[in-house]
Amino acid sequence: MRRRLLCNVMYIFTLLALTASSALGQNRLDSLQYIDEVVITAQTRQKEVIPVQQLKGEQLQRLSSHNVADALRYFSGIQIKDYGGVGGLKTVNIRSMGTNHVGVFYDGIELGNAQNGQIDLGRFSLDNMESVTLYNGQKSAIFQPAKDFGSAGSIYMQTRTPKFDDKKDYNLKGTFKTGSFGLANPAFLWEQKINEKLSSSLSAEYMYTTGKYKFTYRTKDGYDTTAVRQNGDVNAIRVEGALFGKIDNGYWRAKGYFYNSERGYPGAIVRNKFTHEDRQWDTNAFAQGSYKKDIGWYSIMFNGKYAYDYLHYLADPHKDEALMYTNNHYYQHEAYASLANRFTLFPWWDISLSTDYQFNLLDADLRDFVFPRRHTILVAAATAFDFDFLKIQASLLATHVRDNVVLDTIAAPNKTEWTPTVIASYKPFKYIDLNLRAFYKRIFRMPTLNDLYYTFIGNTNLKPEYTNQYNIGFTYSKQIGSPWLEYIELQADAYYNEVENKIVATPTSNFFRWTMINLGIVEIRGIDAAVQAMWRWNKFLLSARANYTFQKAQDFTDSESEFYGGQIPYIPWHSGSAAINASYRGWEMNYSFIYTGERYSSTANIPVNYQLPWYTSDFSVAKSLKAGPGELKITLEVNNIFNQQYEVVTCYPMPGINFKGIIQYTY
Amino acid sequence: MTKLNNTICISAAMLALLTIGSCRKEMPVLPAEGEMVDNNPGSAEQIKGLYILNEGNMGNNKCTIDFYNCTNGYYLRNIYAERNPNVVKELGDVGNDIAVYQNKLFAVVNCSHFVEVMNARTAVHIGTVNITNCRYITFKGDKAYVSSYAGPVQIDPNARPGKIVEFDINTLEITREVVVGYQPEEMVIKDNKLYVANSGGYRPGNYDRRVMIVDLDSFEVTKEIDVAINLHRMEMDNNGRIYVSSRGDHYGIGSNLYVIDSNTDMVTDTLGIAVSEMHLNENKLYMTSVQWSYITGSNEISYTMFDTDKQEIVSTSFIDKDIAKEIKIPYGVTVNPENGEIFVTDATDYVTPGYLYCFTPEGQFKWKVRTGDIPAHFAFSELELK
Repeated sequence: MRRRLLCNVMYIFTLLALTASSALGQNRLDSLQYIDEVVITAQTRQKEVIPVQQLKGEQLQRLSSHNVADALRYFSGIQIKDYGGVGGLKTVNIRSMGTNHVGVFYDGIELGNAQNGQIDLGRFSLDNMESVTLYNGQKSAIFQPAKDFGSAGSIYMQTRTPKFDDKKDYNLKGTFKTGSFGLANPAFLWEQKINEKLSSSLSAEYMYTTGKYKFTYRTKDGYDTTAVRQNGDVNAIRVEGALFGKIDNGYWRAKGYFYNSERGYPGAIVRNKFTHEDRQWDTNAFAQGSYKKDIGWYSIMFNGKYAYDYLHYLADPHKDEALMYTNNHYYQHEAYASLANRFTLFPWWDISLSTDYQFNLLDADLRDFVFPRRHTILVAAATAFDFDFLKIQASLLATHVRDNVVLDTIAAPNKTEWTPTVIASYKPFKYIDLNLRAFYKRIFRMPTLNDLYYTFIGNTNLKPEYTNQYNIGFTYSKQIGSPWLEYIELQADAYYNEVENKIVATPTSNFFRWTMINLGIVEIRGIDAAVQAMWRWNKFLLSARANYTFQKAQDFTDSESEFYGGQIPYIPWHSGSAAINASYRGWEMNYSFIYTGERYSSTANIPVNYQLPWYTSDFSVAKSLKAGPGELKITLEVNNIFNQQYEVVTCYPMPGINFKGIIQYTY
Repeated sequence: MTKLNNTICISAAMLALLTIGSCRKEMPVLPAEGEMVDNNPGSAEQIKGLYILNEGNMGNNKCTIDFYNCTNGYYLRNIYAERNPNVVKELGDVGNDIAVYQNKLFAVVNCSHFVEVMNARTAVHIGTVNITNCRYITFKGDKAYVSSYAGPVQIDPNARPGKIVEFDINTLEITREVVVGYQPEEMVIKDNKLYVANSGGYRPGNYDRRVMIVDLDSFEVTKEIDVAINLHRMEMDNNGRIYVSSRGDHYGIGSNLYVIDSNTDMVTDTLGIAVSEMHLNENKLYMTSVQWSYITGSNEISYTMFDTDKQEIVSTSFIDKDIAKEIKIPYGVTVNPENGEIFVTDATDYVTPGYLYCFTPEGQFKWKVRTGDIPAHFAFSELELK
């Protein structure tokens, strides 16, 4: 009897864990609001009118993640392209529209890479991160820079804002992480209250990893080989300093960021070639500032940034005789300024006008390089109506792009694009926390400077690549307060996206000679769903969350192709994640599970391109205790417990079981 | 008590999850796929089959071999993996040449840096010869000659010559090497002279222009012939004329075809024909060309047949024009020496499987079949695959 009961309970929990549950942060907070480090609060919050997913505070730290890309795996509707290991390139693709359609924002200002439009999210540490938020469409606040209207989907990384206890005017935090892959990762944070109106923070981090791990390639009744991943070492330093000022009815912030790294390229594992020797050096630095003030019915916000990025790639045949000698240096400069204005005409009606200007410059020591410079002007006009039961936002973004190159005859022509967004949300019942929402957004991405001007490959005739998104969904939450269920929250969205004029590489006369053209058409039909729930018994707290994504992302480029309508590469039909967190007094336990279903490495959905589903289980336990004047927290993680051998990208093996220990002292 | 129960529940749930997490099926060895393509293949006295090497895109480890059985019209895709299940990571990354010689099948796998040697009757692995960045293979006696980009690294790493590697086809031991020009490509052998076309493909703007002659006794370069930039293909006709193609520079200088008289080792003619692929059968040179035009924003494609006796172009579309329109990127061409059937491959977009087209000697369409990714190289076999 007792046994059967246990089985039933087990079954129910498994179901919950697999299909539903969740509590680690899918909160629908406006990121401009103050973000509390409480898992779930009872009060009803401002409902987001756009699909949003957020991981923040403790939740974020609990997820056994090395970096922001790892954490994003817990969101629905996204795919991470991961080349493996701590140092491997990790890029994110929202709802299958492509990496170049993702805007990545760091403390409110977009990170740029005019060269290839990709941001390696594996490089952003979680050490100093307060929240990571994913918006489909755009952030549903109309009072924002014009650039924030300019991506098909956006990821906002928000670093910690200092908060001080009444008695203390500083915070210190020291962290040391070590474990598999020869990881040594000390980090330090110092937050100081200078006076009531000014505080500062300084954060520094060093990371070293050998990047070595064992991997196995095995076929059923065939070969079985195990080797160690080589040339995946990373040596990186990050230093960040910020000032936080308060003014009457507003604030200002200033920040400096510096990142420097050297890393190996682990490379593809192919027959007879398991090691590589090419290397890359990066320096990324930026300074940025924000100012915001409300003056009665008028609000003003200014943002400015200067960024410098340096990349050095070296392939030296002295080290690996298979390499073609390549020694290239790339230098990028970006300057950005934005002015946003909001006018509150009535309590229920806001309008806003934002104007941004951005300058990009790319220099490189490539042969026949044209040294492109790009000027971008963005103007966004937006309006928001907020009635109790109905919220509507509409915005129109105008973008003007002008390129110059050394030989002005071959610069891409100037472009001006007008792109709209309409967002609505509706709350049908006064006492039921159910919200229905819908949005339409049309946006584009400019061809990157590589697409246009990369020696041999670039094509200056390229047109922008457009996306159209249509989304409907709902959110529902309920505070139950029963010991069997404290709180539950559900959200689901169904969407249809189109990518037009998709920029693809196409072969020309031979294998080494490709060019970029506007060719592709992709249609994406998908469902994102998420559930989170919480249970509480006295001091015992259990929270769980789960995400599920269905995506049918088809290539409709060539109607004569045998593979017309095939699922695009590396997009699984089914994927999901689940995480359970239990805490009791100073103890904490986490289990998380990630699943990526079957998919193909090519639009030719045939057996030779088939990729097995993969799923990993990560487990961690942590204990916090008083130590001297501060608090000590010790965490042990075991990731990929079942040592599953898998690949996200074909020929790039991922790590099997791995361990991490974290000691953190806060005062 | 409740607390304890809850703890048990959670642990149980996790255990259940973990159990699910621990069983995952293994990737099977991919079986070959077969299909009938020609119900009426005609007689095949001498040539029993055709091996097709699919290059596969770089970094994907997707080089594969297909086999067309000329006696029964049956086509087999991807035969290597199932015949060699114990070879780690199958055939490798980016095939670049294939040949049948003395009952052995040789595949030159460029980015896996070796020559795979198989039994030509079974496609079963015999051994490998490691040659870094190997490109093409040719034979004389019991020796194979392989061109390689990876000659000795010089002080200036931009000026790294290539080499020709000789190995014994019985012992599979490398016997000799000779340094040649930059990024050497195809070769032909006449008597004791090996001619190699140097491209300099890694040195845009500073391409190599030379055909070099290697004396097979001394294994030294005995002569350099200045031809044109970025040399690639080579064929030799019955009169000892060597046809060597230049890729051009993909900007102002187009592709072209040159003739070297192997009796005088002088360039005797410039034919003004653009060549991407080239195959000689008896006295006919079959050439396809693909050149990107920034004006039209598309590839310009041609199919040219040149008569080596008359020394003139005899056809500018040696295959059916309607079918030719369907072929996006002609990437390989060959002719069955026994019955004159023409084979052309289409690499399509390079990232999905390509196609093999078969035409009558007159260029009439016979059949078409799906291949692996980037079908490119051919080897006729007098042995039937078992």
